[in-house]
Amino acid sequence: MPARVGVVLFPGTNCEYDAVRAVERLGGTAELVWHGATTVAGHDALILPGGFAHGDYLRPGAIARFSPVMEAVAAFAAAGGPVVGICNGFQVLTEAGLLPGALQKNRGLRFVCATSVVRVERDDSALTSGVPVGTELAIPINHFEGNYTCDAATLDELRAEGRVVLRYVDNPNGSVDDIAGVCNPGRNVVGLMPHPERASDALLGSQDGIVLLQALLRTASAPAPVG
Amino acid sequence: MVDSRQWSAQVEVLLRDGIADPQGATIERALPALGLDGVTAVRAGKSFRFDLAAADESDALAQATVVADRLLANPVIEESRVTVRPAGSAA
Repeated sequence: MPARVGVVLFPGTNCEYDAVRAVERLGGTAELVWHGATTVAGHDALILPGGFAHGDYLRPGAIARFSPVMEAVAAFAAAGGPVVGICNGFQVLTEAGLLPGALQKNRGLRFVCATSVVRVERDDSALTSGVPVGTELAIPINHFEGNYTCDAATLDELRAEGRVVLRYVDNPNGSVDDIAGVCNPGRNVVGLMPHPERASDALLGSQDGIVLLQALLRTASAPAPVG
Repeated sequence: MVDSRQWSAQVEVLLRDGIADPQGATIERALPALGLDGVTAVRAGKSFRFDLAAADESDALAQATVVADRLLANPVIEESRVTVRPAGSAA
């Protein structure tokens, strides 16, 4: 049975159809989940896509964190369900406390729209399961607030527990320790600034995002679906 | 019966010490163009004002602090300073 992926749609989200299409092209099914929903039942995995949830007012993700659907997302994550936040979705997950740290304005106050090269650091997260450590992937980034930061104790913990999932080869935004993506202790919640769904077709210039999305679909199809 | 009344709250949010503040740094770099070479330690932040109903000053401060801590500031990178005063009094 194909993995059923819920793509969470906040007012201001703008990458939802890219995510839906990428999932469907890889053999999964995808359905939009409106932010006012109070359940995410019927999904094997969730993607919080990119965009500007609630206009990014106050801080990216600061308002989205209080959207009704986030309680259901948190419960789904707590039950072990795979949850991936891409770009703005990553910001929402940190604001919601489902991932540690925060995403600050880029070094030099530069909006960055470019292809980044990221190195896979772990092969045991919901998004990188089975992807060999050391694999380098060319994946677009497109953000102003992608500068990952956290306090020293959190950084020590992330390193000690192997929770840095992706690192930039050439740090584009000032992120501490070149961090491009992290996961929670359960390794089922992953946030990353690069957009794998925008690197899922040769026409888009890169297909390097496919291995990540395939890993998510594999994780979603694994036993013990939740929701 | 509690004598509830209106309070005005002000919350100032600044990045924590040690967190890079590129806005503050950029502003600081612009200052020499004004002929001011002695201005240092520029920090950029946000200011919020709102009114609330509370029984007394400590209740007003407690409520405003919840707003500041749970929504207006991200404690990972920011700290907030909360003040309250009776609505209608001078700021």
